[in-house]
Amino acid sequence: MIQYDQLIFEISKPGRKGFSLPADDFTGIEVSNLFPAELQREGKAELPEVSENQVVRHYTNLSNKNFGVDTGFYPLGSCTMKYNPKINEEIAALPGFTCIHPLQPEESAQGALGLLYDLELKLAEITGMDAVSLQPAAGAHGELAGIMMVKAYHDARNDEKRTKIIVPDTAHGTNPATAAMVGFEIVEVPSDETGGVDVEALKAVLNDEIAGLMLTNPSTLGLFEKNIKEIADLIHEAGGLLYYDGANLNAVMGKSRPGDMGFDIVHLNLHKTMSTPHGGGGPGAGPVGVKQRVAEFLPKPVIMKEEDRYRFEYDRPLSIGKMKGFYGNFGVLVRAYTYILTMGAEGLRAASEMAVLNANYMQARLKEDYILPFDTICKHEFVLDGLKCVSEIEVTTLDVAKRLLDHGYHPPTIYFPLIVHNALMIEPTETESLEILDAFCDAMIEIAKEAKESPELLKNAPINTIIRRVDEVRAARKPVLRWVKEENHG
Amino acid sequence: MKIAEGLLYTKDHEWVRVEGNKAYIGISDYAQEAMGDIVYVELPEIDEEFEQEDTLCAIESVKAANDIFLPVAGRVVEVNEALEEEPEAMNENPYENWIACVEMADESQLKDLMNAGAYEAFIAEAEEE
Amino acid sequence: MFPYIPNTDEDVRAMLDRLGISDVDQLFSDIPEALRLNELLAIGAPKSEMEIRDMMHKLADQNLSGYGTSCFLGAGAYDHMVPAIIPSLVQRSEFLTSYTPYQPEISQGTLQVIFEFQTMICELTGMAVSNASLYDGPSAAAEAAMLSAGVNKGSKILISATLNPEVKEVVKTYMRFRSIEVVEIPEKDGHTDLDAMKEMLDPEAIAVMIQSPNFYGVVENLEGVSAAAHQQKAHFILMQDPISMAILRTPADWEADIAIGEGQPLGNTISFGGPHLGFIAVTKKLMRKLPGRIAGQTVDLDGKRAFTLTLQAREQHIRRGKATSNICSNQALNALIATIYMATMGKEGLVEVAEQSAKRAAYLKRELLESGKIKAVNDQPFFREFTVELPKSAKEVNQALLENGIIGGYALTGKKENQMILCATEKRTKDEMDHLVQVMEAIL
Repeated sequence: MIQYDQLIFEISKPGRKGFSLPADDFTGIEVSNLFPAELQREGKAELPEVSENQVVRHYTNLSNKNFGVDTGFYPLGSCTMKYNPKINEEIAALPGFTCIHPLQPEESAQGALGLLYDLELKLAEITGMDAVSLQPAAGAHGELAGIMMVKAYHDARNDEKRTKIIVPDTAHGTNPATAAMVGFEIVEVPSDETGGVDVEALKAVLNDEIAGLMLTNPSTLGLFEKNIKEIADLIHEAGGLLYYDGANLNAVMGKSRPGDMGFDIVHLNLHKTMSTPHGGGGPGAGPVGVKQRVAEFLPKPVIMKEEDRYRFEYDRPLSIGKMKGFYGNFGVLVRAYTYILTMGAEGLRAASEMAVLNANYMQARLKEDYILPFDTICKHEFVLDGLKCVSEIEVTTLDVAKRLLDHGYHPPTIYFPLIVHNALMIEPTETESLEILDAFCDAMIEIAKEAKESPELLKNAPINTIIRRVDEVRAARKPVLRWVKEENHG
Repeated sequence: MKIAEGLLYTKDHEWVRVEGNKAYIGISDYAQEAMGDIVYVELPEIDEEFEQEDTLCAIESVKAANDIFLPVAGRVVEVNEALEEEPEAMNENPYENWIACVEMADESQLKDLMNAGAYEAFIAEAEEE
Repeated sequence: MFPYIPNTDEDVRAMLDRLGISDVDQLFSDIPEALRLNELLAIGAPKSEMEIRDMMHKLADQNLSGYGTSCFLGAGAYDHMVPAIIPSLVQRSEFLTSYTPYQPEISQGTLQVIFEFQTMICELTGMAVSNASLYDGPSAAAEAAMLSAGVNKGSKILISATLNPEVKEVVKTYMRFRSIEVVEIPEKDGHTDLDAMKEMLDPEAIAVMIQSPNFYGVVENLEGVSAAAHQQKAHFILMQDPISMAILRTPADWEADIAIGEGQPLGNTISFGGPHLGFIAVTKKLMRKLPGRIAGQTVDLDGKRAFTLTLQAREQHIRRGKATSNICSNQALNALIATIYMATMGKEGLVEVAEQSAKRAAYLKRELLESGKIKAVNDQPFFREFTVELPKSAKEVNQALLENGIIGGYALTGKKENQMILCATEKRTKDEMDHLVQVMEAIL
């Protein structure tokens, strides 16, 4: 097949059109009379001129240059690339969900409100929290809402000394970025030799300036924080709040709940744990759950149920305010709700159990050829520290990842968490079969062998993909961030 | 790795070239090597004033951003605008391509810095660890 | 067994054997006893596909929507035509089920779409650089304010009273935690009071944020705003509807530093308020301050054109506590929709959508005023929304309209409780509008 390599602008030709609109039957109303000349645009935006079928073929060809969960195994650690059920898509596309306006009278949208209300209850039950807001649009957005609530909580108590947030050195980059956006100073605590938070180091930084601690449990190393109860008690005794980054909830659904562990605020990533598609980078949904004492700070509006009627409540004087327009990424929430109903209590528990079993099985198979820095039971993911073997030329984690592309797999997350220098973070999820896990492990082991015997294979990889490694230095030094006509004709 | 004579150095691998009460600031060969391909230098603004050890600017490589700390307090009087278009010049010739020049507020702060010999010893020691 | 979990009992036994354990629960032995959940979650038992379909259709049917309902609401979410090719292309699972394009070799589809999206947003706005999209219009406004707060020194931001209230709220939330005061520029005749703005501008201002067409539908004349802002070293942030840009002066024409907007009208369904997408585009000077993902063009090892995420040193996974923003994702799939929409409508089609919307809104306003019971509140130029004064509360009128199967306009409150903002897009037919006029006639 000839490889398609054009931009939509390059197949444009004046006079072609892809749209079809009804005839304009408003003769007598002239646009030139509606706006004074100084408000009108001079010249037209240079959008493409293409026929409908050209548009279809163009974007179909582009889709063929992508790799998704439906294409193959995608063990991208910390991203929970599980199967995205098709029934979720069918349901979310119902006109009763897509064609409703967020400001239409509440009584004409009771189905939508009821769905949101019940989803809140279910997420509260899954996480062990007292109240949930579905408003944040993504994990990082939920995290921002959560840390704003930490600030608002202390502010409401006139506890203004609390200007610092603790994050462990294994934390995702969003954690410090979020804390900084809310004006907090960041205090980093190291991990101990078992990969958990170093409790003694934590004690050393605790004082009345600490607003809270942000934690992922299981951690980004895929390990359950065994001292969580002690950590929670320490933070609470110091007057701080405990924040749960829900990136790794897929490990513990129906097995253990952040609320019971002592967390005060959680955010979830429905596009990870609750199977909604990642869409190439979004949209997601990042609900936040809280314990009762933080509930009055939730984003507004909240949904109330009165008898059989649902309504939005805006009168929330202590709320942090609105995080985004309207009530959240509703279409994503419909998918997540459909998934939770489909799986039910037994299904969610089975999902976490299988995700953990799959990860442990792969960890056991790969630790012969790759360095396993924390050789213990993992949860839904595990982190390797690069190849065990030493080759004549230096072979890096990046080379292993690129060679995996030649074997037809999406590589794991690499070089994260930062404390594992050559990290390969592998998360299989529950939706992969033993045959797939074995085939992937075989490929990883084969690559380890290649690294020893013919390392240039890894250095040159990938060779089976439609493009080879890209020049990222050039992209960043001389940024070309849009198509320009002249350049491509010159 | 090269260490240029006649310059003063910091433990964060910046160098200073003193001309009267002006100090030209750059990064050492060791620093550019560690950063890898430099893709962008975020220059400070003329007339901006800084304390010693303040973040003067950031240097970006593809996968990292490195803060550059000002070795001596002062007011920015010149910036090397050529770096905006040619950031790779810092990789190619780190001692010729200064980032900014400040008018020093307190020249006595220069005594906190290392000469070429001391800097070489400092790196050797750091490498051993 | 569950349909999304392929491992059989036999597979599980084989894996447990390999691990030398007898029960999956042993893999959870690292969770302290007291924290283990020993009962099922109270969320109900699993349901079959048929049961789910039945339940969800019933919920969807409780919402008033679809054919037979004419919607005259805008106020931040607009009922424009969605071409048939959009749902079909967007369901291509290679787009739908992929993650952020970290591995360019197997993500050229998503990356090229983002590059095309950025190009189209630059064309529409006239600005130099666009990112790959943000969560939605209001959060894009907040991110723009954060950008200004990062670049400019000062303690306050001026926002126009004519901004969409949802936008105001979100900007206020972000600014509260950034310790920047949000000061409202008053309105005059449905337009930002530019004289007042000039007086309010001082060295403490980090930016001036104005929306056009504004919340009331009015197309603002922003002559002199940019110069006044720049004189105080403040940014001019202009929020503008993307469809309107096809025929109205662009943010670049008004010399804005940052252009933002709600991208939903570009082919995205309203979906009860989300997922939509926000866009943000800036001058070349601010390029490296943009929040969020950006795709750039480069070459691969063979010199072949390729696309990759770039300028990543701005972002949270590298800068951590010093990043421009904490945002990780973009609304990639919604940006894909917007891109396909702009490609399909094209250079001429987008102009036609804009013109037809403007003409229909003008027709509807003219017809409504005809009766004499409804009055205009100003005679400013407007795009696809306009504000009218009713003889009674707009909320009450909306109730009556609902009983006639019509979703009315946005009911203002307080002193303006008799005012309604009505919207007409190219989708509102003459029949629908004439029907609205008749019903209004009858209920007023």
